[in-house]
Amino acid sequence: MTTTTPVMAPVPGEADTRGRVHSRAERAQKRLTSRTASVAAIVIAVLWTVPTFGLLLTSFRPELDIRRSGWWSMFTDPQFTVDNYNQVLYGGGTDFATLFVNSLVITLPSVVIPITLALLAAYAFAWIPFKGRSVLFVAVFALQIVPLQVTLIPLLSLYVDSGLAGSFWTVWLSHSMFALPLAIFLLHNFMREIPPSLVEAARMDGAGHVKIFFQVLLPLLTPAIAAFGVFQFLWVWNDLLVSLTFASSPDTVPLTVRLADMVGSRGSDWYLLAAGAFVAMVVPLIVFVALQRFFVRGLLAGSVKG
Amino acid sequence: MEWLLEANTAGHKFALMAIAILLFAVVMGGILFAVDRPKRVPTWVVVAGFLGPTLLLLVVGLVYPALSTIRGSFYDKTGDEFIGLDNYARIFTDDGFQRVLLNTALWVVLVPLVTTALGLVYAYLVDRTRFESLAKALVFLPMAISMVGAGVIWRFVYEFRPDQPGVNQIGLLNQLLVLVGIEPQQFLLTAPANTLYLIVVMIWIQAGFAMTVLSAAIKAIPDDVVEAARLDGVGGFQMFRYVTVPSIRPALVVVLTTIAIVTLKVFDVVRTMTGGNFGTSVVANEFYTQAFRQFNFGLGAALAVLLFVLVVPIIAYNVRQLRLSEEIR
Amino acid sequence: MTMRARGRRSAVLAGGLGVALVLAGCGADEIDGGGGGGAEAAADSEIDCAPYEEFGDLEGETVTVYTSIVDPEDQPHIDSYVPFEECTGVDVQYEGSREFEAQLVVRTQSGNAPDIAFIPQPGLLANLVASGDVVPAPDQTEANVEEYWDESWKEYGTVDGEFYAAPLGANAKSFVWYSPAAFEEAGYEIPQTWDEMIALSEEIAATGAKPWCAGIGSGDATGWPATDWLEDVVLRQAGPEVYDQWVNHEIPFNDPRIVEALNTVGEILKNPDFVNGGLGDVQSVASTAFDDAALPILDGSCWMHRQASFYQANWPEGTEIGEDGDVFAFPLPPIGSEGTPPVLGGGEFTAAFNDDPATQAFQTYLSSPEWANIKAQVSGPGWVSANTGLDVDNLESPIDQLSAELFQDPEAVFRFDGSDLMPGEIGAGRLWTELTSWIANDKASEAVLTDVENAWPAS
Repeated sequence: MTTTTPVMAPVPGEADTRGRVHSRAERAQKRLTSRTASVAAIVIAVLWTVPTFGLLLTSFRPELDIRRSGWWSMFTDPQFTVDNYNQVLYGGGTDFATLFVNSLVITLPSVVIPITLALLAAYAFAWIPFKGRSVLFVAVFALQIVPLQVTLIPLLSLYVDSGLAGSFWTVWLSHSMFALPLAIFLLHNFMREIPPSLVEAARMDGAGHVKIFFQVLLPLLTPAIAAFGVFQFLWVWNDLLVSLTFASSPDTVPLTVRLADMVGSRGSDWYLLAAGAFVAMVVPLIVFVALQRFFVRGLLAGSVKG
Repeated sequence: MEWLLEANTAGHKFALMAIAILLFAVVMGGILFAVDRPKRVPTWVVVAGFLGPTLLLLVVGLVYPALSTIRGSFYDKTGDEFIGLDNYARIFTDDGFQRVLLNTALWVVLVPLVTTALGLVYAYLVDRTRFESLAKALVFLPMAISMVGAGVIWRFVYEFRPDQPGVNQIGLLNQLLVLVGIEPQQFLLTAPANTLYLIVVMIWIQAGFAMTVLSAAIKAIPDDVVEAARLDGVGGFQMFRYVTVPSIRPALVVVLTTIAIVTLKVFDVVRTMTGGNFGTSVVANEFYTQAFRQFNFGLGAALAVLLFVLVVPIIAYNVRQLRLSEEIR
Repeated sequence: MTMRARGRRSAVLAGGLGVALVLAGCGADEIDGGGGGGAEAAADSEIDCAPYEEFGDLEGETVTVYTSIVDPEDQPHIDSYVPFEECTGVDVQYEGSREFEAQLVVRTQSGNAPDIAFIPQPGLLANLVASGDVVPAPDQTEANVEEYWDESWKEYGTVDGEFYAAPLGANAKSFVWYSPAAFEEAGYEIPQTWDEMIALSEEIAATGAKPWCAGIGSGDATGWPATDWLEDVVLRQAGPEVYDQWVNHEIPFNDPRIVEALNTVGEILKNPDFVNGGLGDVQSVASTAFDDAALPILDGSCWMHRQASFYQANWPEGTEIGEDGDVFAFPLPPIGSEGTPPVLGGGEFTAAFNDDPATQAFQTYLSSPEWANIKAQVSGPGWVSANTGLDVDNLESPIDQLSAELFQDPEAVFRFDGSDLMPGEIGAGRLWTELTSWIANDKASEAVLTDVENAWPAS
């Protein structure tokens, strides 16, 4: 916490970094002394973790044990096996490396493209005054409610007509479309909270919108972008429906679809489900842990005016 | 052309991915370069440059399907015959539907409120403590789990086995009940409590989102504000109530709104846990069932339109917030 | 039964056998030409290519297959196509998904239909035919079906007098699973009539045990196992004619005979003395997952469980299935008479979305007894076809053999699972939820059936 960067809170004139660090440390001290607060935090953390922990233990238990007793019996009668993981990883006909590659290839553009587009759109909604801006913004915002399912048939028809069906392009396009309303809504919120004086100053210097966007706003928003990027990454990585419809051919099929099928054909095989769920979780968890520091300081950094 | 459409080796796939991103960058760069003429270009051209590609995607991907859904809601199950408001009439005269509507209301009120409240309190409690990263990662964990995984996880919480000799509980909750000497319960069977148990699952999944966003917002509260309050003798709960919460109000609105909309659309929690049986169904689940299980596109479309309508209050609230903040600005 | 659960179950799960046998390994096995007289072909796993030559030179053609059959049951399918591929040079591309039903509709509506789909419900077939996507089966396929299948099966692949889809795999539903060892130890006989079965249940109940275990939970398809119960009893109590009329809605859904049948089911499923062995009270029938519901038989807390042949895949690994094994099944006995009990069953059908020669040749291959026998050999336990050209000895598991014998028994009345033939909003919707609340909320039989009747679509 001692490395707080002033950039994260884009409040002009806030130069006294050292003072901030000091007072923050003080606050931390103060809160740690509150016992009820600590207990409450621990209780929530435990409640949130126990179900997943149970699944983790379950994934290492033999099939019959899983059906016969609860995962906590592992403490009294430890039966440990990695068979479940073996079967998940090597049991099926599909090569797991291919699935991981497909998931990655699907996910990266599906994060980069919508966020870039949303940033530009959010900028326009926040900083370019034009007629009908509010109405258009509300309309875009409202599109969040369109259930994905109603879009599948029209979109797939379009892709078939244009000869793109079955390629990665359709998946990237679809994910981008579906991500935009929420991305614009969230990024617009960050955008809007940046002090107008900064933008005004740049404008006075003769900068156009493109320049302001890249030179003034983008640096301030980097943490927010990274943070939202992680969310978008998780959503795309865990998505089933879009992949199922647009990426189900063997060359493009991602991890989730394969795992879901395993679930489907083995409805009662909880031992495989448990192991499969953890296999699918590895990458999202790595991404989260690696980028967590951006969450810590970044998201909504500009949401409060100084 | 073929090379761009069919990739079957890892290298080829990554190359394709790089090309896609590059292509996108070039196109967007070109557009922006074209509109970057500060004085000479009229505003609408600049707006078109910033918004154009986005709007194009939105119109194709969401607006057009939404409009055809609205149109479809006035047609019969195959979409051939115009039947006016019959689908809507059927929705509202169906005897089970009041329950569905009530459940949906329960979801859309409880999930955002409880999730946001929990996320906020937790973010505040762990803020700047020594274990902050770990504590946050734990609550964030459910976000990284797919719906399928979450379904299994909660099955091991709610699962019921009778209290008989030789039969072990598999569900954690029932095991706890048995330990304290209470009969095991059929958690998912008895309405209306079962809806609450399903809502718990959704809260569990979404809390990570609320916590993360709100935690960041708390950290962005300028220190002088906090300092000033402290000098005035404000501390503990007072600080939370009168300084923290008001300061992050915009973030709270964002989180509430986002979660409310996600909740309106969610159906997989219900589908995987009860299949909408035992009086737990919600509008989104009914929509999915009609459109994709029973191939009744007209009725499904009408239910989707109902979802559009249900979101109107949320939009209205946000528009009001937007207006308010514009005024301040 | 279900849209989805049925889709994946009916394909019949191949237990732990995820690794496919290499077809070449079967080359040494005798492949019975299945009455078609392919004795020469038996020496090798090669098939007689002549039937496919009349479709022309197919070398280099591709046929895409889309099904609800996913890992691990998909591999035997893929393997069973090899002789055809070698014969004709056609490349068969297989794709399975558990979201098959919804996705198939999305694809056909978007103009992205596969060449061939395996359709688990005649009702869905009728829908697809109505939307104009499915093309009629070629004459060669029809000839195979006429020769090797009971005519009721051909009927289920026929829509409005036109034959579209040949039957593929099948499963028999009218089975009661039990533990032969436990029965022997307690001195119980396998009941031959319904009355004997009830008497046996009472005898077991008198000892303080619960004779039956049941579970109708199945995620979003919860309720389908109860529809199988009802159909089985209608078929036995009211007879096949009434069954057909009921399924086709020529009599009201709440006809007194149907109410009576449901009450008969209730005498078991809603009888607190009879259920729910090892699983709880009557209500627990509604919440127990169907795939877990028979497991109490293994530990002796339950005696009987009515479920289809495909349940064999749900027994934990190591459970021996057979007449002298840990578990086995007897046919659900007839009501009011002795003799051959009727068989309720399910299965999937091969629908084609175009009439390319390669597609038609492949359709014909799948309807042949050669394919059925090859498939039987490369599949582990858990696969049956109602193709009468199937050599029962090629089947691995005793329950599959029993099913095949029932399918091939000319005496046995066969009827397809009625909920699959009813309109989707009933057979895969209202009937499930109503029967679920029949158990969960103890809703009265009349009320349940009347509510379904009222929900029956107008057209």
